[in-house]
Amino acid sequence: MAALINVPAKAKRGDVIELRALTSHIMETGFRHTVDGKLVPRDIITSFTCRYNGAEIFRADLFPAIAANPYLSFFTVAKESGKFEFEWIGDNGYSSTASASITVE
Amino acid sequence: MPTTRRQFLNLAGGVTVAGTVPIVTLRPLRATPAMLNTAIRNVVGEAPIRTGKVKLDIPPLVENGNTVPMTVSVASPMTADDHVKSIHVFNEKNPQPNIGNFYLTPSSGRAQVSTRIRLADTQKVVAIARLSDDTFWQVAADVVVTLAACTEEMN
Repeated sequence: MAALINVPAKAKRGDVIELRALTSHIMETGFRHTVDGKLVPRDIITSFTCRYNGAEIFRADLFPAIAANPYLSFFTVAKESGKFEFEWIGDNGYSSTASASITVE
Repeated sequence: MPTTRRQFLNLAGGVTVAGTVPIVTLRPLRATPAMLNTAIRNVVGEAPIRTGKVKLDIPPLVENGNTVPMTVSVASPMTADDHVKSIHVFNEKNPQPNIGNFYLTPSSGRAQVSTRIRLADTQKVVAIARLSDDTFWQVAADVVVTLAACTEEMN
């Protein structure tokens, strides 16, 4: 699935930087019915994790009240050059990852 | 007897109405303020919740409850000794009271999280922050929703 990651390419050591992550997902709530009255089964992303050079810096539990194509923005301190890894886990065995690099001066 | 204009329109209108308006189905049970309290107590336990420190940025009036931008920020130096451990967001009237739990670390630098949420009705949204000293701080915001999310029918 397509994910859109926004991480600054460069930062000064000690700067607080914003990370933004958007992924395409229907986030079906499990509370909707079809016109003929059948319940549409839940299909959501339940967990999001961001790691910075292997260490977890941000985690979120998501619920059906998160809008479709979940968007998250959060912050971290730029400590060293390296890689951010993003991981989404959801219902029906859903899993996807994305990554971005940063150069810290 | 020839069909009058009025009879014809009645007939045509009736068919259109039956054909396009979806059948009303029972709505699922809504979360109630009691469920909101239970959900909050599941996270907080018996600890007292104080008001303050937390800021919830959400539009007071939204046209479309399917995607409502929301930002929670907490006044915190974000040091190892004094930081925000987690932020929890709840609602009052969606089918489920939880919206999201966000876990931060001292290396977050700034205690701020943004996302987009769904709101099924005009209601209260509550954000609670857990600090590193295990105190809880909350803020609530009222949002008026004109088009509800979550429970509408699929076409």
